[in-house]
Amino acid sequence: MLVFERDGEQPISKGVGFVIKVQKQDFDIGAEVKALTKGRTDIGAIVTFTGTVRDGGAENPLVSMTLEHYPGMTEGELARIEGEAQERWPLQASLIIHRYGELKPGENIVLVVTASRHRQAAFDAASYLMDFLKTNAPFWKKETGADGENWVAAKSSDDDALDKWAEDNQN
Amino acid sequence: MSVKFLYFAWLREQTGISEEDISLPDNVATVADLIQWQRGRGPEFENAFELDDVIRVAIDQTHAAPETAIAGAREIAFFPPVTGG
Repeated sequence: MLVFERDGEQPISKGVGFVIKVQKQDFDIGAEVKALTKGRTDIGAIVTFTGTVRDGGAENPLVSMTLEHYPGMTEGELARIEGEAQERWPLQASLIIHRYGELKPGENIVLVVTASRHRQAAFDAASYLMDFLKTNAPFWKKETGADGENWVAAKSSDDDALDKWAEDNQN
Repeated sequence: MSVKFLYFAWLREQTGISEEDISLPDNVATVADLIQWQRGRGPEFENAFELDDVIRVAIDQTHAAPETAIAGAREIAFFPPVTGG
């Protein structure tokens, strides 16, 4: 059962399972994992990935990062990607949380949690979800540094990362 | 039939528009036609839509390819390659 949540509003449908949240506020990884897996004894492996705001390095320190998004399409794309992961791997539960708005260096941006009976599916699905989120989810980052604002450019390495998921590449 | 156009990130900044309602001429059939049409709307649009490989389009909130037909679309969004995650 797919659950959508925006800015902490009541989910459209209740129940644990497969969750998408697009929100401004920060998340607590431990609390999210606990909520996702509460009462479940069919889960043997839980993998989490957290993306955080990295500073610009000594030469161009980052003051803040602002994430813009396309309301409606963000949830739709994340749900679609999560659905594909479910088709491909035996997952007991999964969660994607993606923040938007103004973030400071060190802050959380995105959380992916996958849960399965055995670890390989959880590891692979989490990696898949991140690769597809990076290339498909409609968010755009704008960095503010000492020299002003600039929009982050997409990386070709993110597109290249999708190649490893082509079905005929799987071993 | 009018269609809602949405603009995001630097496409929004360069066109100066976040949202507009447009009636498209019949000869604009595909996404590629649409980008070409956008270039003809004035200097800001010509500038914003200059480079094909940094323009992405979604039709009714689904990623579209240059050859995708736009007939029946209610909402068309224009944006740079995504940078979330």
